[in-house]
Amino acid sequence: MELTNPKLEVNEPDEEFVINVGPQHPSTHGVLHLEIKLDGEQVLDVKPNLGYIHRGIEKISESLSYKQFTYLTSRMDYLSAHINNQGCALVVEKGLEMEIPERAKVIRILMAELTRIASHQLWWGALGLDLGAVSPFFFAFREREEILEVFEETCGYRLTMNYITPGGVMQDLHPEFVPKVKKIMAELKNTMKEYDRLLTGNIIFQKRTQGVGILTKEDLVSLGITGPIARASGLSCDVRKHSPYEGYEKLDFKEILATTGDSYTRYLVRLEEMKQSIYIVEQLIDNIPEGPYREKTKAVIKLPKGEFYQKVETARGELGIYLVSDGGSKPYRLKYRTPNFSNLQALKPMVIGSKIGDLVAIMATLDLIIPDIDR
Amino acid sequence: MNKQELKEYLAKTFPTTTIEENTDFVVMRINKDELLAIASQLKQNKETLFDFLFCQTAVDYQPELEVVYMLRSTTFQHEVELKVTLTERDNANVDSVTSVWKAAEFFECEIFDLFGIKFNGHATLRRLFMPEDWPGFPLRKDYQDENVITR
Repeated sequence: MELTNPKLEVNEPDEEFVINVGPQHPSTHGVLHLEIKLDGEQVLDVKPNLGYIHRGIEKISESLSYKQFTYLTSRMDYLSAHINNQGCALVVEKGLEMEIPERAKVIRILMAELTRIASHQLWWGALGLDLGAVSPFFFAFREREEILEVFEETCGYRLTMNYITPGGVMQDLHPEFVPKVKKIMAELKNTMKEYDRLLTGNIIFQKRTQGVGILTKEDLVSLGITGPIARASGLSCDVRKHSPYEGYEKLDFKEILATTGDSYTRYLVRLEEMKQSIYIVEQLIDNIPEGPYREKTKAVIKLPKGEFYQKVETARGELGIYLVSDGGSKPYRLKYRTPNFSNLQALKPMVIGSKIGDLVAIMATLDLIIPDIDR
Repeated sequence: MNKQELKEYLAKTFPTTTIEENTDFVVMRINKDELLAIASQLKQNKETLFDFLFCQTAVDYQPELEVVYMLRSTTFQHEVELKVTLTERDNANVDSVTSVWKAAEFFECEIFDLFGIKFNGHATLRRLFMPEDWPGFPLRKDYQDENVITR
């Protein structure tokens, strides 16, 4: 088509330009900087720049004792704080070849699954917010608040828990814990129907997410992606199923798998995971064994020389803790294989070729926690 | 394959490597020059199919540096740990495995940033966390910084 007004002819049709999202941007939920190369509205390339919240947790841990280093992990993936602490406790117990009381194991699983529910609730609310729906955020926080109150009563904290320690847990459950959790779980089953009415069945939401941000199974295996993102593309990778810890093998729950791999499937997988977590909590809440909640450990823990690796399933995928011990009272080297660090690499194959407007929706279904990437 | 079968299989297939075992993994110690060839064999071999690099890191054992690769097969669910020892501390370098597993892209940038190990053939090697002009490599044991408190 010939243009009569020469002023309209501004850009060359194939001209590329770069926009920066972040480091301070609401859609990144933290300090992540994305350099996005665009052709018109189409994304050609995306380059994440990291390090804005790098605290050197691995370096600091080398000068902390085996009882202290777990505290820093609450600050990595702060929405999975209990599960991070659990992984650290497990790796120390593996080194000590120590058995912990049954009661402690059940308390840990209960806390881990409640954490998973609370984390997915926050993700659900934030996803709505990223797509322009404000109400889901308030619905999600209404229930999340109740879980956090239960945590606060028992652990004393709401975000950085530091409750699970080598040997067991810090203190016994609050007397109100069992009745309150039962009540929350019963309510949550009803409110999850509201979640469906608000977002899942919403036609605008479906149009924004279905067929968008597709990740193939080949790509995700090659990129080392775990968690709900991988399971939405058909990779069975639930650590709780493949190498169970703390007695997950005795519990009845399903690993949620799907094959489509688009944003909508990732959304459905997480919602189903919440239901499975509710189911796990219901199995355990009436069967908490009596007995001690902590095995006594020595004042100064020393691990034998060697290396230990422990993986746990956080709300976002596989957290691996690689601990090298030189026989002393401090770790010689600690490496956290955090799920978000690897999952961030999924962004590139997902967004290339899609519209810039979909980038935020895709990022929201990735559920990135930036402090977990930078450590 | 279970741990014992895997150990025997690897010892038979790769006679130039040293096979060990620790609490969690079968460990393969590989010469620096053979890494890339063995890595792609491990991935393609029908018996092993190690297609999932879930962790890659380095450890400073003073004076030598050690690069650690942790692999899993999504088909068989067995796991192996590869170790490459680098003796040249000042000019530590090893072949990049990004051509075999794309997951190595970020892991190798991180190791380059914090340990100063160069990965030959890595297309976008850059400092991931620290500023470009940061002196030294923080996770090395001989790293000195007046702001780091060690006890």
